[in-house]
Amino acid sequence: MPVDIPKDKWPGAVRTITLGATPAEGGTRARTVTVGGEKALPYMHFEAEMPYRPVIALEIKDRRPDDWSPLLLEEWGEAASDPASWAKAAEAAGADLLVLALSLTGADGQPTTPAAAVAAAKAVLAASGLPLIVFGPGQAEADNTLLLAVAEATKGERLALGICEDKNYRTIVAAALANDHLVTARTPMDVNLAKQLNILISDMGLPLDRILMDPTTGALGYGIEYGYSVMERLRLAALQGDAMTQFPMIVTPGFEAWKAKEAKVGQGVPAEWGNWRERAITWETLTAVTLLESGADIVVLRHPESVRRVRAAIDDLMTAPVTA
Amino acid sequence: MALSGIQIYKLLPQTNCKDCGYPTCLAFAMKLAAKQAELSSCPHVSEEAKAQLSEAAEPPIRLVTLQADGHEIKVGNETVLFRHEKKFFNKPGLFIRVRDTDPAEDIRAQVAAADSYRVNYVGMALSLDGFAVEATSGDPGAFASAISAVRAASARPLILISRDPAVMAAGLRAIDGESPLICGADAANWQAMAELARQHNAPLAVLGNSLDELAELTEKIKETGVKDLVLDHGARSLGAALIRQTQIRRLALKQNFRPLGFPIIAFAGNDAPGGQAVMAAQAIAKYAGFVVLDSFAPETVYPLLVLRENIYTDPQKPIQVQPALYEINNPSPEDPVLVTTNFSITYFSVANEVESSGLPAWLLVTDAEGMSVLTAWAAGKFDAERIAKAVKGFNVADKVSRKRLVLPGHVAVLSGELEEELPGWEIRVGPREAVDLPAFMKQAL
Ligand code: SF4
Repeated sequence: MPVDIPKDKWPGAVRTITLGATPAEGGTRARTVTVGGEKALPYMHFEAEMPYRPVIALEIKDRRPDDWSPLLLEEWGEAASDPASWAKAAEAAGADLLVLALSLTGADGQPTTPAAAVAAAKAVLAASGLPLIVFGPGQAEADNTLLLAVAEATKGERLALGICEDKNYRTIVAAALANDHLVTARTPMDVNLAKQLNILISDMGLPLDRILMDPTTGALGYGIEYGYSVMERLRLAALQGDAMTQFPMIVTPGFEAWKAKEAKVGQGVPAEWGNWRERAITWETLTAVTLLESGADIVVLRHPESVRRVRAAIDDLMTAPVTA
Repeated sequence: MALSGIQIYKLLPQTNCKDCGYPTCLAFAMKLAAKQAELSSCPHVSEEAKAQLSEAAEPPIRLVTLQADGHEIKVGNETVLFRHEKKFFNKPGLFIRVRDTDPAEDIRAQVAAADSYRVNYVGMALSLDGFAVEATSGDPGAFASAISAVRAASARPLILISRDPAVMAAGLRAIDGESPLICGADAANWQAMAELARQHNAPLAVLGNSLDELAELTEKIKETGVKDLVLDHGARSLGAALIRQTQIRRLALKQNFRPLGFPIIAFAGNDAPGGQAVMAAQAIAKYAGFVVLDSFAPETVYPLLVLRENIYTDPQKPIQVQPALYEINNPSPEDPVLVTTNFSITYFSVANEVESSGLPAWLLVTDAEGMSVLTAWAAGKFDAERIAKAVKGFNVADKVSRKRLVLPGHVAVLSGELEEELPGWEIRVGPREAVDLPAFMKQAL
């Protein structure tokens, strides 16, 4: 019985965005990463070709983090004490690009200085040829001073600077504008807030091919369903032609999963939770894959084994037979 | 998919004889469409029209129930492609596969462990649904004794896997009187398998390696009178399974395509790309009714059970706890008041941390319309005014002598305003994450 398979035809498409610039393009990256361009829902290859595969970023810090799970610190070992070694290790672990997350304070407890942030970013750029995303510590004032300094010192590299939020985006967008970088726009799991921030940022004159949006998510067990549905709605809106939702989506399942108790700690937890390491990696991997299937273009992870598993999943999702 | 009044009218005799009690066939049809009348009121309707009308009244994805001794799992009867459109209704059953070539002691041990597995998640006890026994040996005796071994260790519903009708018959005899899911019928064996399903009043999984083949098979099997079918689309890799499952769901919901209007069974093998947990997670979010895992391990099953709860939560109704002043570890009037929201995940994260730390505290759960701290704050549902209202509404000042309020770190910005709202209170900023609360309470309070 021949089955007539319905195909969705969408008027809209996600924008194509390239991170990183090679020497020929004014930067120093060994290669660039391009994401976006979807004309159908994720991995529905029988409806439209998915021109770019989703990519995996590994998150590294400017110094050894105080609050990361011992599992992660053990895995990265000494590399986690030095951003350049960490960048190399992350590249070797299979990352497509890197996220350098700046700390609020140095190891001495003093606020991170712009000079230290610039030094960390430059060390990472020198150690690895991968495109780079730089996140501020997440406090408006620190984000602005540190990211401005980093943006100026890395002009032309097409970094993505984060995090732009509705209360704090002007300085970062201006820094990106002046120095040929991109921005990531983060909103707390809400379709309209995401659109609004994208409008505010584009109103400042930043070209639309330099905006990534981070709709935020919760980890598995901690609100993933909100992020999941907001991402599905944003992607549907993009395909329906809503220009202010047509940006590739970046999400941070690594950050979210590893703050969940299920991943973070191994002691004083119920026996029914099972083996700690496997549970933690499964927590991160399932959070990431579930979000990839709701439309994520960039997932930011923390553990190398999760990278391996998520990559295997993406490989398979991308090579599914077109006529299936 | 429900028919419109006009569509129903076309199936009626159109004689306007009034025997149904309505002035015209059209008036009666309109009442039928609005579900305010019964078709049996018209004595003249043809058998063919009756059949068409009753089929149209069926849900687009058939509800299939699997039962065994007090356990029951219902799957299917879904109405949307995306959970935000309404909600997903019937959680997919999670089954553990055992093979009849495994030693009997191993089968018993694994099944007993999986059967008794229970894990607490936000106050709910989650567990697995049953077992899928596979006739890997091809031997009827081995299959039957493996099934008996499983049944001795668990009373939960079963899926029996074999393509050989003789082997399947032996398996069914081992649990005579039960109606497990028979898995299953294919292009070669469907007549014999349908007969077994009919004899045992059991649901039947149908395997087709393309949607064409699958649709053809289900139509043929339906003619034998077996109605409770489950679809195995044959794709075992992640990408192909995602596409097939999406196509089946769309055909059923958007086109009311009856031959594929059944729940899906998905197999998550240990060799799946990214591991069996990834394959099973996809099946949970993307439309499976039954998910068969290759092996049981708490560290794999716990995340999957949680994901199933998350995806099947009603998006219109966040799971909430009652706003109130909760006592943790018998607090005294000197102990601190911790503030959080009434989103259940938030509440349980905080309550569990404090409880397991052994430190006494008052937990003030503020009505934030069931949202987490950050989401509620962004939406204006968790601000200084609401917190102050909760402090006053729950008479917190009468319970404590030392007026100390600890705010979640994510809303540190509220502390100034809150000091104005609550004169005489000491406002402290706690950590952002619940997991860091015990350390904060020990060091800073
Ligand atoms: S009894 Fe049947 S045929 Fe007669 S008016 Fe009613 S619907 Fe029409």
